[in-house]
Amino acid sequence: MAETIAVPAHGAPAESGRNYFNAEKGLWSWLTTIDHKRIGIMYLVSVAIAFGLGGFFALLLRLKLLSPHDFLISREAYNQAFTLHGAVMVFLFIIPSIPATLGNFFLPMMIGAKDVAFPKLNLLSLYIYWVGTIMALSTIVGGGVSTGWTFYTPFSTGADAGNVVAMTLSVFVLGFSSILTGLNFIVSIHKLRAPGMGWYKMPLFLWAVYSTSIIQVLATPVLGITMVLLAMEKSFGIGIFDPALGGDPVLFQHFFWFYSHPAVYIMILPGMGVISEIIGVHARREVYGYTFVAYSSVAIALLGFLVWGHHMFVSGQSELAATIFSFLTFFIAIPSGVKIWNWLATLYQGSIALTTPMLWALAFLFLFNIGGLTGIFLGMLSVDIHLHDTYFVVAHFHYVMMGGTVMAFMGGLHHWWPKMTGRMYSEFWGRVSVALVFVGFNVTFFSQFIMGSRGMPRRYYNYLDQFQPLHAFSTYGSWLIGAGFLVMLAYLLASLKNGEKASANPWGAASMEWDSASPPITENFVGQPVCEHGPYDFAAVQAKQKGA
Amino acid sequence: MEQQQAYKAIEQGTFWLPKQGSTLAPIIDEGWDLAMWVNIIFFILVIVPMVLFVMKYRRKSAAEVGAPAGHNTALEIGWSVVPLAVVMACFLVGFKGFLAASVVPGDAYEIRVTGSKWSWTFDYPNGKSSPGDLVVPAGKPIKLVMSSKDVLHSFYIPEYRVKQDVIPGSYTTVWFEAIEPGETTVECTEYCGGSAKAGHSDMYARVLVKSPEQFKEWLEADEFKGMPPAEVGQKLFSKYTCNTCHSVDGSPGTGPSFKGVWGREEKFADGSAGVVDDNYVRESVLNPTAKVVAGYAPVMPSFKGQLKDEQIAAIIEYMKTLK
Repeated sequence: MAETIAVPAHGAPAESGRNYFNAEKGLWSWLTTIDHKRIGIMYLVSVAIAFGLGGFFALLLRLKLLSPHDFLISREAYNQAFTLHGAVMVFLFIIPSIPATLGNFFLPMMIGAKDVAFPKLNLLSLYIYWVGTIMALSTIVGGGVSTGWTFYTPFSTGADAGNVVAMTLSVFVLGFSSILTGLNFIVSIHKLRAPGMGWYKMPLFLWAVYSTSIIQVLATPVLGITMVLLAMEKSFGIGIFDPALGGDPVLFQHFFWFYSHPAVYIMILPGMGVISEIIGVHARREVYGYTFVAYSSVAIALLGFLVWGHHMFVSGQSELAATIFSFLTFFIAIPSGVKIWNWLATLYQGSIALTTPMLWALAFLFLFNIGGLTGIFLGMLSVDIHLHDTYFVVAHFHYVMMGGTVMAFMGGLHHWWPKMTGRMYSEFWGRVSVALVFVGFNVTFFSQFIMGSRGMPRRYYNYLDQFQPLHAFSTYGSWLIGAGFLVMLAYLLASLKNGEKASANPWGAASMEWDSASPPITENFVGQPVCEHGPYDFAAVQAKQKGA
Repeated sequence: MEQQQAYKAIEQGTFWLPKQGSTLAPIIDEGWDLAMWVNIIFFILVIVPMVLFVMKYRRKSAAEVGAPAGHNTALEIGWSVVPLAVVMACFLVGFKGFLAASVVPGDAYEIRVTGSKWSWTFDYPNGKSSPGDLVVPAGKPIKLVMSSKDVLHSFYIPEYRVKQDVIPGSYTTVWFEAIEPGETTVECTEYCGGSAKAGHSDMYARVLVKSPEQFKEWLEADEFKGMPPAEVGQKLFSKYTCNTCHSVDGSPGTGPSFKGVWGREEKFADGSAGVVDDNYVRESVLNPTAKVVAGYAPVMPSFKGQLKDEQIAAIIEYMKTLK
């Protein structure tokens, strides 16, 4: 009989001990699964490895930067290191991150469905991700790539850029994984919601994932085409971007950023969705201004397509274009702000538990706030002249991508860990990890704002002596971050063996994924669940638990 | 070969920003100050409530539930409209500064800038060419007309708050007026690759600001007047950064060492062979990929339009002395 595992309304009888993890045994059953939960777990392992690899390159290049002169690795190795750090982190880690892991695992459960709309397509997405990853990593042995993750022309079509064709084709392949995931999620949300679950009864995480999916489907093809054009130019000498062949190098930047700016919203929107869930549940209060928060995700997704030229203010594009892009850029601040104000309003008069997920969410609020606000410096045309291509930009995007998305991802991972694994992790070590990462992050990246505004350019191997103290400080911070994540890896793995067994709903949450066992059975629920209350109706959940 | 020891540190003005070396800098810094105030105020507006709420609304019992929520449309509109007004003000100030940076004064003195991997050359209206040193008069607007010989570069003078990408195949312009005589440093700020000995992070230049009289003197002077050709060649060899790829002591580099190079028989990448003589050197300077010594990558930039025949002759004289 179930010990501490309560039997939820739609969960499987606990004595069977059967769940998605042990339902079928053997590697082959995993590699050919169409269970969205198994696919989510395989993505989780994959992106965790990618994060470790990207992190390794970061630690390596930060180590070199302890010295302003030639040290540790050659100039060429350094150029390859920062290129791989960016490419691995962007394409192999952060773009898939939350949607492919937490999205895959929980979207069907949150809508009360058995799986996504196209389970086999889901598996195909994973295969494509693996193929693209192998292709990308093969460039390391095949001569490396040293263009930066942005592949600007004509350097990238030149002789000394490395294995650019292999890298761009791998990005092309990886794009399809993203597109198919987005497509699957859009159809699932439209078609598979349980009876009683209208659009406005969905958890806000799903509004965020839905908006992300729209961007994935619309924007990624542009990246794919751009990568193919670049590969064709390099292989066949077609003059699209290289002025020596009659092309326009700035055109490449327009094509590249037309995807890559919306891409940053692919990166942040799911994170914002996770934060809505964490704050709602761990402050045990319905997220304030639900409709506004929901629509703000859609607004960000749409506005995100209009501002790509703010990466190019000094690129040689016309002053008129630059002015229009700057003007439009400022509008995105508003829906992002709406979310932050509503999250604060949710904390107000909430019942706040400082659990590990909540600590990650608070770290997100602090760091994403700084990241977003520093975007104002960069969005201003005049100030950007001074700051473009300096470490100020590097700091800004790390505050939003790492201080934002990664913090949210870690929070979500801890929030849903009991559900995915049936185990609780050590709360003490969870807090140690948050502290190390939060402090380490600020040490690493705040010093980069200062370096940047003082005139330290990006992508520099050597640098003027005056910047050495700040570079050293930044490097020490990177070691704290590394330590924090190693601690996390250790206690999460330990929890799988020794963690306290988790109940179906350890946080008292109200969204549908918690109506299943921890871990869930393969079919997620026994019978078709019906949506009986809102996703943040915690009082209803307590009443049900009392009555059950 | 690291060049940055020869370059002047960027002088700090405030905690965050370099000193204001140009007439544009105070205008840019006004925008910076506005953005900083907005950042500080909104940081406080978010973090202080966050900390207060976390302290005040800590869960007191396991079964406690937060107060029922909902929404308040007036509040939503308020906290959308007010920030919108604030960021629009930021846009306008940014635009104003951008106009000042983009509109070149009519009487500006024009200098041509060429960026190439990995150095800058400055060409003056009277035909004088100055590799690595942008010499300008103080108190006068200077217009730079810039182009690249190979890949994207970006011309950045932190103390002047000036930056513009430099593109192959077209011209971009930037202008500034230096406030007083002195020296500051130019950095390349668009990644442009690197080899064993040099690269993007070595692509500095100096801005030497002179008084108008001294500038006129410099412009009309011939710095190599009376110098023996081999010595001129040695100076050019370093000024045009040949030394970053070609050593003179036999040590390996991106290009062949020049120790004992004169009259040497070389094998080329296309299988042919030849002697290093006047014709070969002249061809390699103007059209470097024509006959590349076997075992070396075809990465030497062309100096066509930068080195005149007399200068190539001087470099040849210098090469003859390297035994």
